[in-house]
Amino acid sequence: MYVSQFGVLAAVLFAIGVYGILVRRNGILVLMSVELILNSVNINLVAFGALRDTIAGEVFALFVITVAAAEVGVGLAIVLLIYRNRRSVDLSEVDLMKG
Amino acid sequence: MSEFVRPALDWHALAPELTLLGVGAFLTLIDILFAERARAITSALAGLGLLGVLVPIITLASAGVASEPRVMFDGGYVVDGYSLVLKAIFVITGYMVVLLSTNYFAEGDYWENEYYGLLAASMLGMLVMTSARDLITIFIALELLSIPVYLMAAWRKRDLKSNEAGLKYYLVGVVASAVLLYGMSLLFGVSGSTLLSDIGSSADLGSGVDSPAMVTLGVIFVLAGLAFKVSAFPFHTWAPDTYEGAPTPVTAFLSVASKAAGFVALANLVFVGFWDRSDVYQPVFWILAAASMTAGNFMALRQTNIVRLMAYSGVAQAGFLLAPLAVAGESAGVADDALQAIVVYLAIYAAMNLGVFAVIIAVARRTRTGMVESYNGLFRTAPAMAVVMTVFLASLAGVPPAGGWYAKFSIFRALISPGITWGYVLAAVAAVNAVIAVGYYGKIVARMWFEKPWVPETALDEIQEKTPNDMSEVVAAESIVAAETVAAETIVVAESIVKTDAGTSSSLPFALVLALGLSLAATLLFGIVPGTLTHFTEVTLLPTIFTGS
Repeated sequence: MYVSQFGVLAAVLFAIGVYGILVRRNGILVLMSVELILNSVNINLVAFGALRDTIAGEVFALFVITVAAAEVGVGLAIVLLIYRNRRSVDLSEVDLMKG
Repeated sequence: MSEFVRPALDWHALAPELTLLGVGAFLTLIDILFAERARAITSALAGLGLLGVLVPIITLASAGVASEPRVMFDGGYVVDGYSLVLKAIFVITGYMVVLLSTNYFAEGDYWENEYYGLLAASMLGMLVMTSARDLITIFIALELLSIPVYLMAAWRKRDLKSNEAGLKYYLVGVVASAVLLYGMSLLFGVSGSTLLSDIGSSADLGSGVDSPAMVTLGVIFVLAGLAFKVSAFPFHTWAPDTYEGAPTPVTAFLSVASKAAGFVALANLVFVGFWDRSDVYQPVFWILAAASMTAGNFMALRQTNIVRLMAYSGVAQAGFLLAPLAVAGESAGVADDALQAIVVYLAIYAAMNLGVFAVIIAVARRTRTGMVESYNGLFRTAPAMAVVMTVFLASLAGVPPAGGWYAKFSIFRALISPGITWGYVLAAVAAVNAVIAVGYYGKIVARMWFEKPWVPETALDEIQEKTPNDMSEVVAAESIVAAETVAAETIVVAESIVKTDAGTSSSLPFALVLALGLSLAATLLFGIVPGTLTHFTEVTLLPTIFTGS
């Protein structure tokens, strides 16, 4: 196994995640796209940690997983707030302010 | 398996963070135990708690931390002069935000206890950020300071604009931190360590001879991720919407403390992490700085809402703050100049921007609107407020003796000191932009001093009802007289509204007056005697691996 394979996988996941964020209009799916990027980061971290023979990569990945959970919790709370007030999670409708 | 050895902890060096953690936990506990009964005292407790955090900062300063930095975790957490002065700036900024929030939240019938707990949590992230010299610590600090603010931006739960502010800030924030993390993972891959000093001394990043794409990508992704945080063009799109929709004290917190934390992270990464790779980061900062200044100023020129105007002004100011980083890699001396210019700018920017937001909150208490027109004739309706606002706006525009001129001066000095063409060109761009900025700051000042007093729409309707003659029925000659009567009555009504509505400046809440006074004093002090500030900002970040001493 080569580390470049993991690097390519992570880069592809990152690109898919960015694409999802830019294109998707549903709040929940945008959150899932963000998760894709964070997981691509985790793959990178663990692969590089193994390559460099250090535990720091795995420790960093654990921190990323933990923080991602907290972040998504807050994100779902905000999406839920929007849903309560608007009965929809379509992000393209959330455009009261412009300019 | 080697035995686990607990790293040595320097409790005194950690005291500011621990105190703030205690304050935050205490506020949350009060909320759980007493719920609504504690409402009246939470803001006072939060303010006192934050002032209490200043005590360990002062004892650390008097213990000579500036000359002998306290280093923990193999250099991953450092308490030195630089981090200490920034900690003081953050704590004082947080205290001012508590002052701004006190009446806003008490009178608006929002949840209060949780708000101050979240504010303390966010500030803890900022204090940690000033000392963080490790990728993991920087990431955790960034999330700790961001996540509570996502919630605070959406604090007005039933207000659709506030919801939108929170959602936009959240989405942009998580994408930015994801991009930042991807960059960090690449830097970790290149160097095999998360310690910034190890990253700086690793073969690929330290020598700067070989330039694998991974280093370039890693650095650029990290900078882009943080550019969102400091709302630099073209990563600023969230700022105007979030600033407008969020409660105004939260906007003040976002535009001062949160932005400053982004700059602290940038400075830590650039000066400790990859200072030698100026071939990568200098062009990026050059473009970001020039674009932010220019775009921010031009978009600010056509804003009709004062908070949106301040958002774009913040984008332009972020450009000024980024500018010294575009030349910071030239030599160790220039790097120190650039860092000191940034710290000075952050301190003065905090004072004057908080002042502007204090005035905005005070004026909106009476007018209930954020439109720029509501500042028309402020000098006639609330003279003290108009004078104070003029000082802050002059400071933002860089007019002496208000503090802003010294901030801009240190930026220019840092840009010119290396004596390279790109530095001169950027200084010229900054100078042109400083002039453009006078346009929109000056427009508000002109409105306050020379226009007729602003009258709310509802009051205009009242005047229409009071006017006896229907304008279509009077002859031409009479209509002029009638028009003059209307104009005269407008002023009378406007003045009576001003007198009746909460009695204006004479009955401003004490907290707001204190916030105004503190920021005014700081703005003038830093402008007239810059030495009071520069005495504390003689700081450096470059580790010995770069300076070679």
